[in-house]
Amino acid sequence: MQKKTTASAQLISLPKAASGISGLDEITEGGLPQGRPTLICGSAGCGKTLMGIEFLVRGVLTYNEPGVLMAFEETAEELAANVASLGFDLPALQASKMLRVDHVHIERSEIEETGEYDLEGLFIRLGYAIDSIGAKRVVLDTIEALFSGFPNQAVLRSEIRRLFRWLKDKGVTTIITAERGEGSLTRQGLEEYVSDCVILLDNRVIDQITTRRLRIVKYRGSTHGTNEYPYLISEDGISVLPVTSLRLEHEVSDQIVSTGIPALDEMFGRKGFYQGSSVLLTGTAGTAKTTLAAAFAQQVCRNNGRCLYFAFEESPQQLVRNMRSVGIQLGQYIEQGTLIIEASRPTLNGLERHLVTIHKLVGEFKPTAVVIDPISNLINVGNVNEVRSMLTRLIDFLKVNNITALFTSLISGNMQMDATEEGVSSLVDTWVSVRDLEGIGERNRGLSILKSRGMSHSNQVREFIITDEGVQLLDVVVGPKGIVTGASRLARQLQEQAQNLAAQQELARKDRELERRRRVLEATIANLRTEFESVEEEFRQLNSEEQGRHETSSQDKLRASRTFMPTDPKPTDQQPNL
Amino acid sequence: MENLPVDPTEATEEEYWELRLYVAGQTAKSVAALANLKKYCTQYLEGRYQLEVIDLLVNPQLAEGDQILAIPTLVRKVPVPIRKIIGDLSNEERVLVGLDIRPAVDKAGR
Repeated sequence: MQKKTTASAQLISLPKAASGISGLDEITEGGLPQGRPTLICGSAGCGKTLMGIEFLVRGVLTYNEPGVLMAFEETAEELAANVASLGFDLPALQASKMLRVDHVHIERSEIEETGEYDLEGLFIRLGYAIDSIGAKRVVLDTIEALFSGFPNQAVLRSEIRRLFRWLKDKGVTTIITAERGEGSLTRQGLEEYVSDCVILLDNRVIDQITTRRLRIVKYRGSTHGTNEYPYLISEDGISVLPVTSLRLEHEVSDQIVSTGIPALDEMFGRKGFYQGSSVLLTGTAGTAKTTLAAAFAQQVCRNNGRCLYFAFEESPQQLVRNMRSVGIQLGQYIEQGTLIIEASRPTLNGLERHLVTIHKLVGEFKPTAVVIDPISNLINVGNVNEVRSMLTRLIDFLKVNNITALFTSLISGNMQMDATEEGVSSLVDTWVSVRDLEGIGERNRGLSILKSRGMSHSNQVREFIITDEGVQLLDVVVGPKGIVTGASRLARQLQEQAQNLAAQQELARKDRELERRRRVLEATIANLRTEFESVEEEFRQLNSEEQGRHETSSQDKLRASRTFMPTDPKPTDQQPNL
Repeated sequence: MENLPVDPTEATEEEYWELRLYVAGQTAKSVAALANLKKYCTQYLEGRYQLEVIDLLVNPQLAEGDQILAIPTLVRKVPVPIRKIIGDLSNEERVLVGLDIRPAVDKAGR
């Protein structure tokens, strides 16, 4: 692929004239074939004429290429009035010699045919119109009108062939419109073969919703997008979707934006979402998706960002009031102009128009974050495939513009992944799931992160409650059978409290026991001490007596040695008394 | 056919034909158309017509005014309504019908 493009770049590629119609140049990879005729065919009400006129007007305004409009069906005044609502001022362009509108009136009843003729007059007129302003672009609006005016088909067909050839020789980029025929692209079955590029416009009603689609049937000498692309006729002209290219080349940001709930931030490895990432918030009914989304919007505004909030379920006033009740103040940011709540019913518009509305508002408001609440409602408008392709384009568009996107999506059933988000989930970077944790006789809200590209994240299902001060995540309580919530959480907490109390009491009891023991021991110690004192006392007494006796005996011995006999019987008398 | 020169003269004494023939250069068809037209005029409208030949190669801006697409085109400006006859005018009957010049047979028939 890479090689091929470089090789073709060296060769002179087919020159293309950018149409200036948003989206069309992406599909045609640069525009219509320059200097060659392009056929736009389609049934009534597809916007063939409009596309032709827009091609001319954009050519003048954007690329400074004068153009000629040869109208076979409507007069210049009618055309000018028709496109005035789109902001195209044809008379002014005509006055500035950048545009020439030539109305060709063919009245069958006025024309009599005798003998041979050709359409040289048309060529001369066209040639004169082109030369007089130096036109580079030409639109022939419904060349088929010629067939009603001139009965000789053989002449006409050969003349139309000659016209295409002549236009090519002139080197003008031409758009020819034609009505769609039965079973063929055009009614005459001629134009599509002589054109170098054929664009088919289609107007389809599916389930009462009209979608206009565009397909490039052929493009000589160039590759092109082959799908059917939805397109819209909006206030700014035609826009073909994809409005952006579908390449994955956007710049990425390393910045983090907070989720608006501190505890939820903590669940992400980097404390929030990446700026410019897309976040999907899924949940069943009543799981506070909108509240979480509003909390995010509030946080964005609080951090001096700009937030665009698309509400498909509630009116702005209702949303502001409801969010105020849970402590999320959106009103002040609306007043400051940093928050816009755009509320509409999904069924109001077709999918593509929603997309264009979003594009337009994003372009005007330049938000840092976009909230769409919810995307699942869009299913009402289209089928799953269409919604998916629209969301793909939307996510892509927001990513390219580095806008953080938060989508909420309602899912049905318990834990069953709905088809919608299956389609979207691969596109989003972060997926937060909120759900009912239904226990015995109660419902609790649980929040978990299913995925978060580019950062670690908590694997826990966190119970959260909505208080007057906003969303609060509760601490994890793990019971014997996993995480417990709600009443069982309370029961569990009470149980824990009781256990704590018991443990405390036990501790106190042990303390008391110790005290008692200590006191017993202390008493024993005192006893022993007293006993010891009395023993000591006794010993001391004995000791002193012993000492006394010892002294007496030694004195007696001394006395006996000095006066031995006279008092001999006395000591013997005395001795037994001892 | 014998009545032809008489009847138109009678019937359209007050009428006057203003004709324009648009051609583009001296192509075979243009030349043939001019020759045919001159023949019919001298035959039926002698003295009561004015013929203007416009070459669009010389004056291309004039094509828009009379809504000319085919070449050659003969435009009957007067009497109104405007009629256009395209082709080399080789079919005499259709030219006369187109220009509303009724041959005497028609007149006599009425």
